[in-house]
Amino acid sequence: MANENNHKPLVDFRNVSLAIDGQAIIDQLNLSVTSGETLVLLGESGCGKTTTLRLVNRLLTPTAGQVMVEDRATTDWDVIRLRRRTGYVIQEAGLFPHFTVAENVALVPSLENWTKDKIAARVAELLTLVGLEPARFADRFPQELSGGQRQRVGVARALAADPPLLLMDEPFGALDPLTRSTLQKEFAQLKARLGKTVIFVTHDVREALMLGSRIALMDHGRIVLLETPEGFANSDNELARAYLDTLSEPSAVAGG
Amino acid sequence: MTEFLKANWADILSHIAQHVWLVFIAIAIAIVIALPVGILITRKKRLRTPVLGIANVMQTIPSLALFGFLIPLPFIGGIGPRTAIVALVFYALLPIIRNTVTGILGVDKAVREAAVAMGMTDRQVLLQVELPLAMSVILTGVRVAVVITIGVAIIAAEVGAGGLGEYIFRGLRLNDNRLLLAGAVPSALMALLADFGFGLIEKRFETGAARARRISLRAIAATALAIAVLVMGFGFWRAMKNRSGASGRGHFVVGSKDFTESNLLAEMVAQMLESYDVTVDRRFDLGGNLAHTAIVNGQIDIYPEYTGTAFTAILQHQPITDAKAVLDQVRREYSSQFNLVVSGSLGFDNTFAILVRGEDARKLDLKTISEAAKYSNKWRAGFGHDFMVRPDGYEGFSRAYNLNFADVKDMALDLTYKALASKQVDVIAGNSTDGRIAALDLVQLGDDRHYFPPYEAVFIVRANNMTTDSQAAGSRTVPILRSIISQLEGAITTEEMRKLNYEVDGAKRDKKNVVREWLLRKGLLK
Repeated sequence: MANENNHKPLVDFRNVSLAIDGQAIIDQLNLSVTSGETLVLLGESGCGKTTTLRLVNRLLTPTAGQVMVEDRATTDWDVIRLRRRTGYVIQEAGLFPHFTVAENVALVPSLENWTKDKIAARVAELLTLVGLEPARFADRFPQELSGGQRQRVGVARALAADPPLLLMDEPFGALDPLTRSTLQKEFAQLKARLGKTVIFVTHDVREALMLGSRIALMDHGRIVLLETPEGFANSDNELARAYLDTLSEPSAVAGG
Repeated sequence: MTEFLKANWADILSHIAQHVWLVFIAIAIAIVIALPVGILITRKKRLRTPVLGIANVMQTIPSLALFGFLIPLPFIGGIGPRTAIVALVFYALLPIIRNTVTGILGVDKAVREAAVAMGMTDRQVLLQVELPLAMSVILTGVRVAVVITIGVAIIAAEVGAGGLGEYIFRGLRLNDNRLLLAGAVPSALMALLADFGFGLIEKRFETGAARARRISLRAIAATALAIAVLVMGFGFWRAMKNRSGASGRGHFVVGSKDFTESNLLAEMVAQMLESYDVTVDRRFDLGGNLAHTAIVNGQIDIYPEYTGTAFTAILQHQPITDAKAVLDQVRREYSSQFNLVVSGSLGFDNTFAILVRGEDARKLDLKTISEAAKYSNKWRAGFGHDFMVRPDGYEGFSRAYNLNFADVKDMALDLTYKALASKQVDVIAGNSTDGRIAALDLVQLGDDRHYFPPYEAVFIVRANNMTTDSQAAGSRTVPILRSIISQLEGAITTEEMRKLNYEVDGAKRDKKNVVREWLLRKGLLK
């Protein structure tokens, strides 16, 4: 379900700063994410990319500036509504170990009091969408799944209530290279089909180039480069070049 | 032993039921308090340290101190199950609070973050994610609390709340292993059973368990509910039974301290009252000075006391040796300070008796404490807690006779007799009327320097039970009680008291029968 008005940003960071214990984590960040695009936040750990993501669904609140989501500041949203309209996928998937796969996927629809039939249909649809056969997987518990399967369930859960916006925090970071590669490719196809707006955090430049419609390179709480993948690949920004250099290193080949 | 079980199985079962009831109620209340408190301090980090600190301290308060503190309090205090349950709840709080906190804080951070980010409210995160995932840890806390409480519930007997502690204390007093076992074995089995049962339930809650879990959860809930209904039903029935007993006119509460002689004296009054068709509620075995606290607060109407104890331990005077002066002053001050009436002496003096083994006394030809003083540096002494701290106890005693023991063990009074007889210690401070003196072949050394003050037995009575102008409901009983007390004054000699004590402690006879026979022989029953 793509958002039609493409000229309007879905998420807009306006001069956002976040300081924790007096230390600036995010420093006067300005960034617009337009509907339907996949914006990748790329950077080393500690650069503020995850923090930036968590400001969107108000897991964190800016100490200065505003994060606008659909033209409304996150602080003006009913935080529960905001979060239920925002899909969220994290590295360890964060599945509820005491819920079955079906129950995990059905989480937000259940919170939203959908009817049983509607929920069951949606769960089946989503499991199929992420490549998990509903009959085989619906009643399993997360610990009975492989890491890749868990991450698929995590994506299905985030998509369950059909949110316009998807936040993904290194969702494939903990997977083995082969599984990671498969999931990256599948996800690329999936997002093309669904037309969701995605903000995607990674430290893997290959992943950024493959999935991003734009790449925001972050360093010390600031965006140092904001480019399309082509622009990023041709950039003479020093940090960007350092990232690009890793692609030719033999050790990185396995990741592709 | 089988004979003993055959004769007492119903009584043992009823004590087990009391014990279960006490534990169940205490744990139920503790959960109701500890779970929300535990949850709260996972939310309010600042409260965590102080709350856990308080719960920690609660657990270290000795039960007798706690009871002394609770008895005067309205609503939660008094004599009986309520006070015991309050104390048990105190002791059960810490493990449940601590494990609730540990369990909730131990929930995987990614899971909690996902729950919040999915748009769950704090309440939903708590109820649907944190509590279910913390359940096995919380249950471990409850399990620990239950096992502790089953053990600690022994102390309920100190405030007349019943339970298996009655057997244990009685067994210690009477030096009767059958009674000890009748209390200790069921409570140990109960603890093991509870531990095992909770272990099974915990397994059900561990994440990663089979999916059949949900069904068995329902079964567990149903079983718990059934047990709850059963136990509550029993408790209710017991309460009703007690109430119907108490509703009769001229209802009287007779208390006693926690040793045989005090039981016997109280039983005398109780049986004499009953011969006048007065309903009597027996609140025996009150430890330490709980009987005094109880009578001052109107929990009991009468109990046997000793003038020396009243004079030194309660009125806090320095001990003096003039018996009449002591009684007079106790009477005056009890009347003015506590509005309590003190009867005349019952005829005997139960002072501290310095006791040694008969064989030692004969071998060394010992008659008095002075003669024994020179052996003191080779002797190990075993003294009751009471004797160690009283103003007329150990300190002054050792100074008066210039004693210097090789070792002084501070132990439970009841255990000192056993310790002396089995040569764990060589000298103890018992009671001069104790039946075990003859039974265990012990010899009392004479107090030739007259150190120990008089301990004449008397009855302490609430004034409104002794005055006719009283508006109290029990005023019908005033003349009855007066005549009973005047009949008992001067009626018991030291030898008689020792014999009565021996009947119970040595010959292991039933207290009620011993008292009944004695009252009949003396013509004191109406």
